[in-house]
Formats: sequence, C-alpha cells, structure tokens
Amino acid sequence: MSRLAVSPPRGTFAMLVALTWGPLAGFVMLAPALGGATRYALLPAIPAVAALYFLTVARCRRSRIAVIGMSLICFWLLIAVSVPFMHLLDPDKPIAPLALPGTVKHGVFFLLGSDLRGRDMLSRTLWGSQRILVWGITSTATAYLVGAALGLIGGYMGGWWDEAVSFLGNVLMSFPVMVLLILILNLLGQSAFNIIIAVTCSSAPLIMRIVRGLSLDAKSRGYIQAAETRGEHPLYIMLVELLPNVRRPLIIDACLRLGYTTVAITTLTFLGLGLQPPDPDWGLMIKEAATAALLWKYSYMLIIPALSVSSLILGFNLLADGLNDLELRA
Amino acid sequence: MSAAPLLECRGLSVCYGASAMPAVRNFDLAVKRGEAHGLVGESGCGKTTVALAIMRYLGKAGRITGGEILFQERNILAMDRTELRRMRGGAVAMIYQEPSAALNPCMRIDEQMIEVSMYHGGADRPEAVRRAIGMLDRVRLADSARIMASYPHQLSGGQQQRIVIAMALLADPLLLLLDEPTTALDATVEAGIVELVRDISRESATSMLYISHNLGLIRETCDRMTVMYCGESVETGEVAEVFAAMRHPYTRGLLAAIPTVNADKGKRPLVPIPGQIAPPGERPAGCAFAPRCPHFEAGRCDAGSVALRRVSDGHLSRCLRYEEIDWQACVASPAGGADAVAGEVLLKVEDLSKCYGEVSANEGLTFEVRRGETVALVGESGCGKTTFARILMGLTQASSGSLKLESLELSRLPVTRRKRATIRSLQMIFQNPFDTLNPTRSIGAQIARVVRRFGIESDRARVLERVLELLDLVKLPRSFAERRPAELSGGQKQRVALARAFAGDAAVIVADEPVSALDVSVQAAVVELLVQLQRLKRTTLVLISHDLSVVHYLADRIVVMYLGQIMEQGSTGDVFAPPYHPYTESLLAAIPLADARLSKRRVVLSGELPSASRPPAGCRFSTRCPYRLEGTCDVLVPPVHVFAPGHRIACHLPREQLLTMQPVFQESP
Repeated sequence: MSRLAVSPPRGTFAMLVALTWGPLAGFVMLAPALGGATRYALLPAIPAVAALYFLTVARCRRSRIAVIGMSLICFWLLIAVSVPFMHLLDPDKPIAPLALPGTVKHGVFFLLGSDLRGRDMLSRTLWGSQRILVWGITSTATAYLVGAALGLIGGYMGGWWDEAVSFLGNVLMSFPVMVLLILILNLLGQSAFNIIIAVTCSSAPLIMRIVRGLSLDAKSRGYIQAAETRGEHPLYIMLVELLPNVRRPLIIDACLRLGYTTVAITTLTFLGLGLQPPDPDWGLMIKEAATAALLWKYSYMLIIPALSVSSLILGFNLLADGLNDLELRA
Repeated sequence: MSAAPLLECRGLSVCYGASAMPAVRNFDLAVKRGEAHGLVGESGCGKTTVALAIMRYLGKAGRITGGEILFQERNILAMDRTELRRMRGGAVAMIYQEPSAALNPCMRIDEQMIEVSMYHGGADRPEAVRRAIGMLDRVRLADSARIMASYPHQLSGGQQQRIVIAMALLADPLLLLLDEPTTALDATVEAGIVELVRDISRESATSMLYISHNLGLIRETCDRMTVMYCGESVETGEVAEVFAAMRHPYTRGLLAAIPTVNADKGKRPLVPIPGQIAPPGERPAGCAFAPRCPHFEAGRCDAGSVALRRVSDGHLSRCLRYEEIDWQACVASPAGGADAVAGEVLLKVEDLSKCYGEVSANEGLTFEVRRGETVALVGESGCGKTTFARILMGLTQASSGSLKLESLELSRLPVTRRKRATIRSLQMIFQNPFDTLNPTRSIGAQIARVVRRFGIESDRARVLERVLELLDLVKLPRSFAERRPAELSGGQKQRVALARAFAGDAAVIVADEPVSALDVSVQAAVVELLVQLQRLKRTTLVLISHDLSVVHYLADRIVVMYLGQIMEQGSTGDVFAPPYHPYTESLLAAIPLADARLSKRRVVLSGELPSASRPPAGCRFSTRCPYRLEGTCDVLVPPVHVFAPGHRIACHLPREQLLTMQPVFQESP
C-alpha cells in the first residue's frame, strides 16, 4: 500500500474546511452590516482552499473522476474567497443594459455582457458563487448535524426513542421535497436562514435513515459491547465509539447531498422563495433572465449562470462518485 | 481401478493481482479414484486457492501461472467454456463452508434439486423428482416431502448442508470438493455431516478432496492427506501413516497446538507455532517454514529451495532434516505449572431464569464458581450460554432467580447502575477478534480508556506507562500502542482484548468463545497466554465454548447446557468419564480426534436442534436422545442424580444404567 511521504496529522482536512467556510460564511452574513473591510477576514481562506485542493488530490489521485470533481468545487471555492479582492465592476450597479459579451458600451468593457438592467454579468456571476456555496454548505451541514444526532439516538438507543425519531422522519419524508420546502418557506417567511431550516427538514430524515441503519449494524459489534460492559455513558458510546465508524459512507453521501442542496436552493431562489434581490445569486440571475433569454441573442444571460450552477453540482456529484470508486477499490 | 489418478495437479502455481509472488507454487497433488484426500493447513496457506483453481473459479484476480491440472487425464486449463460448464457441477462438484450462501434463498428446495438432475442428468421432471427424493434419503433427511416444499431459510444449517451435498451428488460427480464444509455448524451437527461424508466415500466411487484446518476431521474422513504451508505441499501420505509418524516439523507443530482429551493444562501445555504464516511477497529463500521451525539449521534450511523427499512409499516430506530430527522427543513436552487451588465461592447462581417473551433462554440455572477456578459453560447454539453471560455483565436482566457475586445480588442490576468497583471486577472477552476493537481508534487509546475509566490511573504519563505494561503482559511490542486494529492479525487483536480485560485486575473474566475464530497455532498461543495470566492474577474464568477439546484443556469444572437448561455439571474429570448425560456423551463423541493413540465410540444424534421458542416438553433433549423412554422423557421433567460431590446429571435413565455406560474414549497402547 502506498502512502504519502509525509502524511498530514489527523483532522487537517476538517481544519481546512473550517478555515475556508468560517471566513466565507462570516463575510456573506456580516459584510452588509460591517462594511467592506470584513473582506480581509477572507485572506486566510485563500491558502486554505489551495491546501484543501492539493491534499484531496494527493489522497484521491487514483480516481480521475474525484480529481475532476474536486477541481470544479475548488475552482468555485477559490473564486468565492478571492472575489472581494478582484478589480470588478459593482455587481449591483446598473451601467449599460443589454451589452453583448465581449463588447464595449458606454465606455465599459463587458467580458460576459450585461443583464437587462445593465449590471455586469461577470462580476454578478463571480459574486454569486459566494452565496450558493455558503448557504449550500451551511444548510447541508446543519441537516447533517440534526440527521446524524437523531440517527444515532434512534439506532443506538432503540425502543421508544427509535419509534419517536422514526415517526418524525416518516412524517417529513411523506411530503414531496419541493412541496415541503415551499410550505416551510411560506410559513416562516423568505430568508436565507429559513432556507437552512427548510433544507434541514427535507434532508435530515434521509440522513437519519442512513445513520440509523449504520448504527444498528455497528451496535452488535464487540467493541460496542465492550464499552457497555465498562459501564460507559450512552453519549460516549454514540459519539466516540459509534460515530467515527459510520463516518466513511456518510462522507460520500454528504458530497451527493451538497449537490442536491445546491439544486434546491437555486430552484427556490428561481421561484422567488429564497434569497432576495438585489444580491447577486445564480438562481436570481436565471429568474431575471428568463424572459430575455427567449431571444437567442440574449440567451447568454441564462446560459452563464446555468452553466455555473451545473458545473458546481457536477463537481459535487463527480467527487461523490470518485470517492465511492476509491472505497470499493480499497 | 486404473493406474492414473482421477485428478492430478502438477507444479501448479497461482498468483493474485499484479503480484508476481505465487500464492500457490509448484504444487503437486494426486487424488485416486474413490479416494478421500485431505488438504490441511492454516488460513492463508493456499488450500482454497487450490480448490478454486481446480474448478477454474479464480475470477479476474487470480492467474494460473504455471503447471497443469489433469482431470481424467485431460488438462482443465486447456478446456473451453462449454467443456468447463459440463465439468463443473457435473463431473466435479464443490461444497462450501456456508451452506446458506450456496442455496438460492428465493427458490424452493425441490426446484433447486430437480434442476440438477434435469440439467446434468438429462432426466425428465417426474424422474428428477424421484431422484431428488431418493437422494434426500441418502443424505439421511427424513420427512423429504416437507423438506422438498421448504425454502432454504426454513431449514437449519445442518439440513441446508445436507441438501447442498445431496445436490452435488445428484449430478453423480466423479470428484467432490469440500471446502471446510462443517466449520459453520454446531458440534453434534458437524459429527453427523462428517459421518455422512465418510459413508458416501465408502459406499460410492466418488473421490473427495476435503479441505479443512482441523487435523482431527481429516483423520476421521480421509484416506490420504496433504499438508500445505505457504502454497506448497510440505507432507503427504496415507492418513494412518502420517498420523503415526509425522515427518515434517509443521505437521508436528499443528498437532502439538491442538488440545487433546487426554491431557489438560496441568499435564501438557499447548505448544504454539511461533510467528505467523508469511504472505506471498515475504517468503524466505529455502524452506518456507524455516523462520518458525524449532529444528532450523542456518546455512542448510535457508540455502535453497527444498524438494519433496521420500520417507516411505507414498509418504513424502519437504524437510531436509527429517532423518536427523528425534521425532519421539517432540512428543513429550515440559509439564505446565500447578493448578490454581480453588478458593471460596465467588459466584453463586440459584434458579436463574430469563425469558424473552415466549422463549425461555435460561431456565433454572443453579451452579457455583469458586475463586481462581475455570468453569466452562458448554453447549450448542441456542443453549443459553451467551444469555447467561449477558445477565452476569448487566447487559440484560434476569426474569427470576438470583446471581450473587460474593454477597452482591447482580441478577437484576443493569451495568449502568453498578458501582465502578463491581464493573471493574467483572470483565468480558468477546468471540470475534475482528470486531472486538474499535477500528477507528489506536490500540493504546483503547487500553488507556479502560485504565482511566476504572480509576486505576488518571495522570497522563502514568496511564501511558500502565498501557505499555499491559502490552508487555500480553507479549505484544510496545510500539503497538500507536497502531490501529486493521494493522493487527486476529491473534494479536485477541491479545489486546486480553490486555483490556485484565487491565482492571478483574476478579471474574467471562470469555465467550475466545479462540474459536483463530487458527490452531495462534489459538494455542492465546490459550496459553490466558492460562498464564489467570495463574498470575488469580482470576476466575467463566469460559463459554462449544469446543470441548479447548474446554477440557482449560476448565476445572464444566456445566453442560441444552436449550436453556443444565443437563450435567461436574469437575472436568467427572464430565469426561462415565456416567454421562446422554447429551454429554454425544458432545464428547463429536470431538474430532487428532491424536493417533486415541479412539472413540461413535454416537451420532438424529434430528435437529429444536427451536428455542418451542422447546420440547419433559426433558428438552428427549427429541434427539438415543436412550429416550417413550412416555416418560417427553412428558416429565427429569430428576437430578448426584454421583460425585458436585457431579449432577438431570436424566430419567435409572442410576444403574447411567453407571454402566462405557467411556467414549479409549486409549490404545
């Protein structure tokens, strides 16, 4: 078995993800209130993304699919953390409407054209990556937190606990996903934080099912029984003995689920239920371009954000596929 | 009988994956017509690879890189797909370890059996049905109509294996390959299958290749045998001759590692084979067994490859020094340490019962365990021995009765409500070494958790020191503290489990089949370690096992259980000598004997183990008992006869008849 010459200490991966996500989420959530200086908080995230990329590629180099997927994801992550430092036009400022890609209008060069209100497509697309990544990752992570906790409780504790958790999950799963999302956003109102709640309600039951099944299987193992005969607290058994052993299949599922969540958020925004204008967002851009794109000449307004969101989703799916491949080969 | 063997492997070599190192190398084997040939060796020695190569079942991973396999003087390696298909299942049939995996779970037995005769035998449907019923009779499955109409999951493991054998025989094969066919079965069921296999080989002209890790089984079923090590045959010959005069240190080592029923830990300690089998890439030059051999001579054994050498007609050994080694000297081995003297009563079990709904897993258990002794709970699956262990450990609670550790009542005290000192004094070793350790945490961290949890040490440096001492205690290198379980072998994992169990100086250790998943040579080392630790720490051991030879070796007293009830209990000597409970008698007769100086009486049980949810009325053993008294045994609860102090038998047979029972084992001079 070949190993890296110097294998990084355990937890490096989690640390790099935290180092990327923390500043990015902070920037997206707080910048409107605290002003542009917040962008300097993003500086440590830039090397973190690079390190994340090289670390993953080094680990997964035997699967080309995983490397392609990770490249797509890291491309958008890098854009998201470095876009405040780029010299771009203001994404919210109307300059010259309906400028075609690669043309000069009112003395401004539009590489990707401008939209119906005259805002620069390039800067809107690049800024838009921030929102989808932050809200996608945050809501998936929240769904995992809730789903894994419930799954561990249901699977390990069994009995009454399991009944309660499974019942809750079954109720939520009986709704079609989109109906559930729209219902929750209509009930709670339209905001980014409510998207997190909606995605959690729709994804957590599925995650709960997976974790519950894995815990049920792991529960009968000798090391769990050994912990029980030592009189360990159930919380210790669930978190220290069980959780690390159900981790591997969850990582693959998490990559897939990030893709689903990206689709869901984009769709919600497109329906006008998610992120609100004027912030640049891919779902919003697609929505605003929908009418203009009826003319082939102006279809770039739709194609550019659509390709962006597809490439990100493709990245997540390819990574999941690649990881699955590697798992099967090992 | 024609002179040419039915099956012949000549210089067979097989490689796996990209590796150029053969898993099987230059392997020779000849199976004559009508002969039962045994193939024996530890796991990883290439036994199954040989069988798969004969069937050409190696798949994509394995490649045959050299030699030839002749079946009826035709090279199997040169056959095309049509010929191969005709050969597989027709002329050659294979029987695997796990019968449930060999049967299609969604087809009824009759469909599966009829298919064989129609496809390979060219029979029409009514004829195929007739043949299937006849064959069920031949593999001694009564009630063929019910069995034919069943799905595989409705049958027991023993019945399933008989059906697999019946299906193999339906095609009227010339050669039967049996790969550990009884390893997944209970002792008395195993004895039945072994008897069946032996009868088939005697009655018919079918040749057999019987693969097993168990020397005793090979001795009981085969005419000739080949011992494999590192992909080579190291000794081959007539079974009787090889057992009478083993001429390879590996064969001798395998035998010395097996506990026998005429010696125990006080008389003859088990001798493990040091080290472990080398993986294909790391095999030494010269004799493959050299690194583990007690008779190794530098400059000779490691000089170059060793050829098979003739000992006598048909008896070959791959040992350079077989003429020089004093084979008699290896038989006698140093006496073990003195037995621990049993102290006061430590565990007192009185009328303990446990019901799961309708099923009574334990019923009226009454016995005592004294300090420092080893008490074995013996019985087949479903007899309730594991349920008892769970009650003792506080993982489940008894329905009635009492279980006292010294004066503390434990029968209804769950582990979460026990004091730390109580938990510390009761520890358990689990059966499966492969999941006894948490795969995501280092060995050191797992032992350290026990040390901290039991309040033995709390300071970081002291905890580490204690962990290292415990690794020393179980004879593992200190560097293992930083390894993860995946890097350890089965035997090493079980040593870590021992370290964990002994970390808190437990008063009682419950060992649930501690060595049943290990290879014999490793098993011996772990058993010896267990004995040493027990002597050192004066620990009381509650041993749960179905392997009576291990039990005989380790235990001071034995409790024989059947379907939740105690059938017989007494000292090891009392239980292994008459008078016997009829169930004990059949369990003893089911032990495969590898010692050439011993012979045994045959007692093979009819019928299957009844389901624990519908236990028979009266004596629970009455449905299978060869001495059953109609109208008594199946109605009334049996009385308890006391023979020697502590030797109790629950049986309806009159005392006089029990006293006249003949011993199962005979020592021949």
